[in-house]
Amino acid sequence: MKILVCISHVPDTTSKINFANGDSEFDTNGVQFVINPNDEFGLTRAIWFKEKQGANVTVVNVGGPETEATLRKALAIGADEAIRINAVPTDGFFVATQLAEVIKNGGYDLVIAGKESLDYNGGMVPGMIAALIGGNFVNSCINVEVDGNNAKVTREIDGGKETLSTTLPLIIGGQKGLVEEKDLRIPNMRGIMTARTKALTLLEPVAATHNTKTVKFEKPAPKSAVKLISADNLDELVNLLHTEAKVI
Amino acid sequence: MSILIYAESAEGKFKKVAFELASYAKKVAQTLGTTVTAVTVNVADTSALAQYGVDKVLKVSNDKLAKFNARAYADVIKHAAEKESAKLILVSSTTDSLYLAPLVAVSLNAGYASNVVALPESTAPFLVKRNAFSNKAFTITEISTDVKVLAIAKNSFGIIESASSPAEEDFTPTLNDADFDIKVENVEKVTGKVTIADAEIVVSAGRGLKGPENWGMIEDLAAALGAATACSKPVSDLGWRPHSEHVGQTGKPVAANLYIAVGISGAIQHIAGINSSKVKVVINTDPEAPFFKVADYGVVGDAFDIVPKLTEKIKEFKAQNS
Repeated sequence: MKILVCISHVPDTTSKINFANGDSEFDTNGVQFVINPNDEFGLTRAIWFKEKQGANVTVVNVGGPETEATLRKALAIGADEAIRINAVPTDGFFVATQLAEVIKNGGYDLVIAGKESLDYNGGMVPGMIAALIGGNFVNSCINVEVDGNNAKVTREIDGGKETLSTTLPLIIGGQKGLVEEKDLRIPNMRGIMTARTKALTLLEPVAATHNTKTVKFEKPAPKSAVKLISADNLDELVNLLHTEAKVI
Repeated sequence: MSILIYAESAEGKFKKVAFELASYAKKVAQTLGTTVTAVTVNVADTSALAQYGVDKVLKVSNDKLAKFNARAYADVIKHAAEKESAKLILVSSTTDSLYLAPLVAVSLNAGYASNVVALPESTAPFLVKRNAFSNKAFTITEISTDVKVLAIAKNSFGIIESASSPAEEDFTPTLNDADFDIKVENVEKVTGKVTIADAEIVVSAGRGLKGPENWGMIEDLAAALGAATACSKPVSDLGWRPHSEHVGQTGKPVAANLYIAVGISGAIQHIAGINSSKVKVVINTDPEAPFFKVADYGVVGDAFDIVPKLTEKIKEFKAQNS
């Protein structure tokens, strides 16, 4: 089985978010970048397939040279090879078009992408890839099993979960649940050394439109100070929630 | 620029988000001087949409669409948009609508923005404000395509009544066999309990509760408020509560009207997950807990003492105000 895992290079979840140049750019100063957590669950699931059922795992990212450290980490975790598409990922449709091109040329059986990246939270790339290549697609995926050409997939729905059956090739938008958090892999020294010798292919982007553009960033307005209520006066809390906040 | 909304339903009844979507669409339509058409799937009685300013309803009735199917539903919306020459297509931020929206966008060569939290700042150029960086910031996004798809964040606009007399029309879009290549084998839904996705109020608890055996008082408070229960990441990692209740950056986002956090210190990832909630109440023994910095109301003290008392106070309030 050939598996492609799409990797986003995103600020660590503990990052404080700031903007520069008149709030027109994300300020990367002091920000640690990591594999997008939703992609990390997918990568670990791909490595699980490799170890349990046999698979070749390729990771791919659309980004500048600074994202290669993230791809090398994915290789150190156990991916076999990596592809970097040399472009700035400013628009979801543009990114999906680049990834669809790699998929069309690579003959992958299973494509795993995180259901959304934790920076722009667009949640559009996996679905757009599927639409561009016409493949079977399941979003918000919390489990995937493959038996020959058949796949059984579980997705989260509002208030529960749903199990679906389909065939390969398959594209999934994955999230926590594909593997348990405790099973996420941390690169060990051997993995880091081996990663240095694995292939990292550089591709130039294909022509594609940018349908959207971020013109400005804003931070939420500062909050007024918390109103502290005595533990002995919970009537006041109930009263404030009713009369002031109007939520009960 | 006519506007099409996908009015989402479950078991033949509109979801509340459909009314919020209609309210949003009506407001945009008034600005643009155009009309709102809703497309519905297997809803026999669509009259409720008349309360929220919908001008026309395209009713799709098809047994093959009895269960949600993203590709087929996306096809329905695409054909409806083409029939109406809609330039703006609006969906809700439910799991199902976020599943189908990118498919609709590609099929219509449309630019797509999700997590939209306000009316368009401008329609030429078309600028919308959306949540990004897991609710730690907003972006102003320009959509440059002729046709546009927006997913409106839950509870970001509210429901506004506006009476209308929509024309109803049966609509039979052509669906492809390939739309049904994915088959639903099994659905497991929580019944008899408010879910985080539907909840107006969420009561959430963290490690301060010391163990899963103490969740009864959280469920009691949630029951008194008609709320859903949730938890912090460490709690779901410890297996005290199911992953589906984990609220935060890598768990579920919560955009409730009221979010009550009990015994949760307020890690940056948790705060990001609940930032879109309107009113936040924090109950914690530690007055220095970071959660107090983002809370509207706070009570410093022992949850084991406060929560049962608060439950009783809420019950008394409900009894007096019912």
